[in-house]
Amino acid sequence: MIEPASAPGIRFDKIDKRYGGLYALRRVSLEIAKGECVALVGRNGSGKTTLLRITARLARPTSGTLAFVGGIPGHDSQLAPVGFVAHATMVYDELTAEENLLLFGRLLGVPEVSTRVAELLREIGLYDRRTSMLRTFSRGMRQKVAVARALLHRPAVLLLDEPATGLDSVSVQWLARTLKQLRDSGCTILISLHGESEISALATRAVRLDSGAVVADSATGGSAAAILNSSVSG
Amino acid sequence: MSLLSNAAVLLGKELRTEFRSRELLTTTVVFILMVVVLFSFTFDTSSAESKRFAPGLLWLAFLFAASLMLQPCFLREQNNDTLSALRLSVSDPFAIFLAKLAANTLFLLLTELLMLPVFSILFNVPAGPVVAPLILVFFLGSLGISVAGTALSAISAQARMRELMLPILLLPLLTPVLIASAEATAALLDPAHAFRKDWVGFLAIFDVVFLTAMWLFGEYLLEE
Repeated sequence: MIEPASAPGIRFDKIDKRYGGLYALRRVSLEIAKGECVALVGRNGSGKTTLLRITARLARPTSGTLAFVGGIPGHDSQLAPVGFVAHATMVYDELTAEENLLLFGRLLGVPEVSTRVAELLREIGLYDRRTSMLRTFSRGMRQKVAVARALLHRPAVLLLDEPATGLDSVSVQWLARTLKQLRDSGCTILISLHGESEISALATRAVRLDSGAVVADSATGGSAAAILNSSVSG
Repeated sequence: MSLLSNAAVLLGKELRTEFRSRELLTTTVVFILMVVVLFSFTFDTSSAESKRFAPGLLWLAFLFAASLMLQPCFLREQNNDTLSALRLSVSDPFAIFLAKLAANTLFLLLTELLMLPVFSILFNVPAGPVVAPLILVFFLGSLGISVAGTALSAISAQARMRELMLPILLLPLLTPVLIASAEATAALLDPAHAFRKDWVGFLAIFDVVFLTAMWLFGEYLLEE
C-alpha cells in the first residue's frame, strides 16, 4: 500500500520549548535513524505532543535545532513529506469523508487523487459512507479518516499522537497492520503512546519523556519493552 | 502545487461549507437589515441632512456586520485543529489567507449588494444610475475590511477573550476604510453623481498595502 519515496532520519539537537516560564521540552537531543519506528512514552504533560508538533514544524522550538537527514540524494530532505495524526482529528466535520480526503489530497498535490482517495476509503472500511458528513461519524470513524488523511501522500515521515484514540479493537488491528507495512517499507515513524499495545509492539525503539526531558532511551540502554512497561506503571 | 491552485482549492472548500450551511450569510444579512431599518426609523429619511448621513450609516452597518462575519473565519479551524492540517498541506501558508480573504470579500460583497435595494428604498436614495461605480466602491471597501479582518481574525483566534478582541482591534484599524468608503458612496449617491477618484484611490492603496503586509507576515500569524 505505502511506498514512501525518500524516508529521512530526524535529528533533534538540544531542543527547548518554553511557554512563558513553563518548559514543555528541555534540552531534547535525539537521533532517529531513517526507517526507525520510535515509541514516545510518558505521562500527560511530559512533552510528547510538543515534540511531535515541533517535528511536524507546526511549532518552533524556543532553542535548539531540528533537521531531517538523509533521504534521496539530490532531494531536499527538509521538504520530506510528513504525515501527522494528531490528538484532534484535523478533518472537517461539515464535509463528507470523501470531500475531506479530496481536499487534502488536492492541496498536497497527490497524483490521481480520486483513485487514491477511493483506495484509502476502502482500506479504512468507510467507502460505503464516503458521502456522509463527518459530523455523523463516531469518534473512531473520524479517527480512521484522520489516519487516511495523514497517509494520502505516502509520507516519508509519519508522526502519530496517540493514534488508537477512539478506535475499536478491529480498527486498532487495522492501524497496527498499516503501520507495520509502513515501517517495513522504510518509513520513519514517531508515535506517542500510553503503555503497551498492539501498536507499541511495532516500535523498534522506545523513548521516555518526563517533564520535557528524555529520561530513558532504548537506543542507549535498556530494552524498548522495559521502557514501555515503565510508562504503564509510571 | 502553486499558491494560486492551493488557494483555489481552499476557496472551493470555504464556498461549499458556507453555501451548505448559510450560517454567515444569513446572520450578516439579517444583522445589516435590522441596523438599516432601525436607522431609517431613527432619522427622518426625507430630509437632505439625513441623506448626507445615510452612506456613513450604511458603511457602519457593513463594518459591524463584517466584524461578526470575520469572527469565525479562523475560529472554526480550531475545532478539530484543521488549521494545522492546512499548514501541513499547503506549499505556501499565504494560500490559506488568500482563500479566506477571497471568501470573506465575496460574502461581504454579496451581502452589501443584497442590502443596496433595501437601503435605497428606506432612505429614498436612488442608486440605479450609479450601480457600476457603486459596486467598485463596495468591492474596494469590502476588500479593505476583509484583508485587515482576516489577518486580525487569525491573531484573535489564538488570544484570550477572542470574541471581544477582533472588534476591538478591527474597528479602529478600519476607520480610514470607513471614511473613504462613506465619502465615495456619498459622492456617488449625491444628485451630482460624482466619482471621487481620491477616495477610491485611497481605498485601492489601503488594500494593496494591507495585502502586501499579509503576504509578508501572514506565516507568522498562523504559528502557535
